[in-house]
Amino acid sequence: MASKVIHALYNDDDILMNAVKTVRAEHYHIEEIYTPFPVHGLDKAMGLEGTRIAITSFMYGVLGLTVAILMMNFIMIKDWPQDIGGKPSFSYLENMPAFVPIMFEMTVFFAAHLMVITFYMRSKLWPFKKAENPDPRTTDDHFLMAIDAGHGDVDAMMKVLEATGAVEINIVEQEQAH
Amino acid sequence: MYTLPNKLKVFALVFMVLGALGIIAGFLSVPKTTEDVAAMMADAHHGQGHAAEGHEMSNHEETHEGEMHMAEGHHAEEAGHDMAHATADPHQEHLEHVMHQIQNRPWSALYIASFFFFMIALGALAFYAIQYAAQAGWSPILFRVMEGVTGYLPVASVGVLVLLLASALGLSHIFHWMDPELVNPESTHYDKIIAGKSGCLNVPFFMIRALFFLLGWNAYRWLSRKYSLADDTAQDQSFFKKNFKLSAGFLVFFIVTESIMSWDWIMSFDPHWFSTLFGWYVFAGMMVCAITVIALVTIYLKSQGYLEEVNDSHIHDLAKFMFAFSIFWTYLWFSQFMLIWYADIPEEVTYFVTRIEDYKLPFFGMIAMNFVFPLLLLMNSDYKRVNWFVVMAGIVILAGHYLDVFNMVMPATVGQSWTIGVPEIGALMFFFGLFVYVVFTTLTKAPLTPKNNPFIKESKHFHY
Repeated sequence: MASKVIHALYNDDDILMNAVKTVRAEHYHIEEIYTPFPVHGLDKAMGLEGTRIAITSFMYGVLGLTVAILMMNFIMIKDWPQDIGGKPSFSYLENMPAFVPIMFEMTVFFAAHLMVITFYMRSKLWPFKKAENPDPRTTDDHFLMAIDAGHGDVDAMMKVLEATGAVEINIVEQEQAH
Repeated sequence: MYTLPNKLKVFALVFMVLGALGIIAGFLSVPKTTEDVAAMMADAHHGQGHAAEGHEMSNHEETHEGEMHMAEGHHAEEAGHDMAHATADPHQEHLEHVMHQIQNRPWSALYIASFFFFMIALGALAFYAIQYAAQAGWSPILFRVMEGVTGYLPVASVGVLVLLLASALGLSHIFHWMDPELVNPESTHYDKIIAGKSGCLNVPFFMIRALFFLLGWNAYRWLSRKYSLADDTAQDQSFFKKNFKLSAGFLVFFIVTESIMSWDWIMSFDPHWFSTLFGWYVFAGMMVCAITVIALVTIYLKSQGYLEEVNDSHIHDLAKFMFAFSIFWTYLWFSQFMLIWYADIPEEVTYFVTRIEDYKLPFFGMIAMNFVFPLLLLMNSDYKRVNWFVVMAGIVILAGHYLDVFNMVMPATVGQSWTIGVPEIGALMFFFGLFVYVVFTTLTKAPLTPKNNPFIKESKHFHY
């Protein structure tokens, strides 16, 4: 089903922020906003849910810590115990301080890498992916707000958007809705 | 303007009076003769769960050898000299040894509590200077709170100075290296290592350094406060600029002097031992405590209806600093511990052997309180905005860092004869009362929000 979307372009992040507030107050549905740089507070103005990536980060960190503990226990205690600095390695606990840097590094390593991978997957980004960006100017100096125009009075919406200071407003037929 | 509530005044005074009683009781209960010590130790065996239990009469010889092996600052030498004049009654020697430890205890307790609140004021001063030097936009609204906390610095300086002077004059013996016998080659107590350090560790130079550091810090505190108040009525930014330059200069002075101060006032308790990152370690503990106290005072004032413009985001930022500096402190603690533990060089590792053998509970308890607790409690972003979470974490952090100072001082001065009893709690209460009284009195002296600071508007609208 084809759906209608309005693309409103802005050339300033403050104007965009105010526009977002106005559009939300009118109860129009904002599908997506494309900006050349992260705009502070935009997610809150759009009413997006808070990110849960911190929770995944914590879980990945715990996973990394576990891997480090099991790994060092296998390498240094079970598989090939070595006498380093006169400390016989037959007990994990007694040698634990020596493993703390590894435990720390593995925690950070797992948390950081898996978090990035999670972020890419969640954002539907992968190598050779075609850009979804509707207008290349949003990578330079323009801000684009995409508003669902399927179920409303399009003319009224255009008027509201014009009043918010949009520099350009286009109606676009989309092949499929998001 | 903030006015000191009567309740708070009474609260502080009650703490000071009770604390003073505790301190006096601590000094009065000190044994004068070895007979008293013998009686005390006999009492302790009636199941008082006392640390001195290690001194079982039967295995007393072994204990002595253990001490020799530990080469702990204070009495390693004495243990060594026992060999020289073996004719002396070993039991009597041991009783004297314990007596000296117990005599050190009220002084050490006083010193620890005094230093603990001193370092809070000094840390707050450094934090304040960083805000100015960095031209931070979020914090100017908290400047008067920070100035309130640093208001305790002059009082704390006198307290610490008096205690250092007491040791220098021979009233107390907590700084073992001050004993002139140790650097006298003729004496049987001659200590080669301490004598080798006497170019720096000698009483006159030590006191001159202490005086120089304290004067420098207090001078900055006095000037920056003056400029900050003058800024409220100024027509231009000249006072802000002065404070900016002054703060940048102070920070350079501070980090050098703070480092030397930590060697002098803490590390020299174990004059045989040294650690190259000790200054950083003390600094990290100092900053955690200072930021925690700033957060607690801010939350308290806000709960009383002051500081209306302080919002969640300010508390959030302070809690982030508490969290970050707790991690930083742990990082330094572990860096110091692991290298010494791994290398296992006797003259270095003795420091941790003493602490793990005789101070197991405070030593490991402090790591739980200063690392695990804040890590788990303050990790979540949302919890950093919940006031009672910050207060709870703050109280545990402060208690943990008191224990940290305790662990840095007590093993060298009282050894195995430690407890946390009347002298320790009394001293802590006394200085807490004094701290609260002075800090909140300073807060009444000026409006709680600076007026003319160029960043004040940004700070009021600060939103994370």
